[in-house]
Amino acid sequence: MERDRFMKLLPWISTPILLALIIVLWKFGTSAFSVSPFVLPPPEDVGRNLLELMRRPDEWLVHAQITLVETVVGFGFALVTGVVVGAVLGRIFWLEIAVRPLVVALQVIPKVALIPLFVIWFGFGLTSKVIIAAILAFFPIMLNVLLGVRSVEPGHREVMRSLNANRWQTFSSLDFHSTLPYVFAGMEVGIVLALIGAIVGEYLGGNEGLGYMVVVSLNALDAPRLFAVIILLAVLGWLLFFAVNGIKRLMIPWHESVIESGIS
Amino acid sequence: MSAVSKTAIAQAVPELELVGVEKIFETKRATTHALTAIDLTIEREEFIAIIGQSGCGKTTLLRILAGLVKPSEGAVRAEGRSLWDGAVRDSETVNKLGIVFQDPNLFPWYSVEDNIALPLKLRGVDRRARRTRAHELCELVGLKGFERAYPRELSGGMRQRTAIARALSYRPAVLLMDEPFGALDAMTRERMNLELQSIAAATRATVVLVTHAINEAVFLADRIVLLSPRPGRIRSITRVPFRRPRELDLETAPEFQDIARELRHQLDEDA
Repeated sequence: MERDRFMKLLPWISTPILLALIIVLWKFGTSAFSVSPFVLPPPEDVGRNLLELMRRPDEWLVHAQITLVETVVGFGFALVTGVVVGAVLGRIFWLEIAVRPLVVALQVIPKVALIPLFVIWFGFGLTSKVIIAAILAFFPIMLNVLLGVRSVEPGHREVMRSLNANRWQTFSSLDFHSTLPYVFAGMEVGIVLALIGAIVGEYLGGNEGLGYMVVVSLNALDAPRLFAVIILLAVLGWLLFFAVNGIKRLMIPWHESVIESGIS
Repeated sequence: MSAVSKTAIAQAVPELELVGVEKIFETKRATTHALTAIDLTIEREEFIAIIGQSGCGKTTLLRILAGLVKPSEGAVRAEGRSLWDGAVRDSETVNKLGIVFQDPNLFPWYSVEDNIALPLKLRGVDRRARRTRAHELCELVGLKGFERAYPRELSGGMRQRTAIARALSYRPAVLLMDEPFGALDAMTRERMNLELQSIAAATRATVVLVTHAINEAVFLADRIVLLSPRPGRIRSITRVPFRRPRELDLETAPEFQDIARELRHQLDEDA
């Protein structure tokens, strides 16, 4: 019991220590080896820049919102289409076999290579980034759902059959619950990929979003600013991931992936 | 109920009936003749044990009784009604059967009480009545205080009790059990046998129990059906004369051991 409690607290203690250690090493590295601040600015410069950004939210809040919207809308599309396509392909075997080669081929395309194409087709605005985010997030969600609908335990199915359950009852009491963990596994990967898609899209075209701010900082050779924006992006990524993770904890509190991590 | 009136009712309608049942499994690589010439009549409130070596078709036989497998030939009747109409199961008959599988097969997303009440939910029983019944059953199978627990928090024995309670929830006339205690340790198993006996008495259900443990069969059953393998057929049906309920120390009685020895002998001959 004592040990369990300690294990639960441990990450809350170790993480700040590790972060502090990294910053100390960073500081030490930049001063001891006199690294050019253009390559690696000392932590206090980055901190100062970050504080400055915090003081003037009008400079970045709009950009953060745009990146957030692109990511979330793209992810939303990916979630809906991924669940539908995954469920259909999972249930209809001949269809899955028919489209499998094409799906695999599409899946292994380095999708970021398509971004310039989308910029040509859909312009420099939000649409192209939403589509990129959606496409990146689609595959892990779809594939997980496909796996999920096929992973219903035969013994569970037999129980429903022995109880004379109809199709709808079997879905709502069995398939739905059984597939949810797979949906969330796909979502956790998908949300991160959606953000990557949105940012890379912003790198390549347009004049808004945190990705665009990265490019501007780079062009100005403003390394501390660049770092500060990267930190903002990291925070955005964490927030999105933990939002998905939080919904997961709420929806499938019974699942191993929620229990094992212990903070349920 | 006296022996006479019990027989009288039984003669009117046998609870379960297998007539000339054959089962052949055909796969791409092989054809397996799993069961042949199975004739078996099970009376109301009777406790039947089916024993035999692994692979003798005892599970298949139970699954045929449960309507999960359709016999290749022959008829399955419950209270005189045919279980199969073409390829369709008679749902009214299926609703009278409660099945406990080798694995508890509980749904991990439901609590103990929701697992137990699942059959009632499927039958459209309202939430409050479901809960009342689930709590009643928790009491019956010794799970009081665990109504809200999830299956993962239970021991193997408790999970199987939950599965038994689930099968009992809709008061089936027949309880079909496929080696329900196979995965449990000897001590737990003994206790579960005692509980199964009292549950059978309390619910007055007809029970068909598949097992590979001879002592378990002799301890629990009114009649023991011994299957011989390849193809599975009924080798013998042994009547166990002891009155139910039985005490655990019955196992040391000479008569008990005689029956067990004879069954063991028959099983060894099949090997």
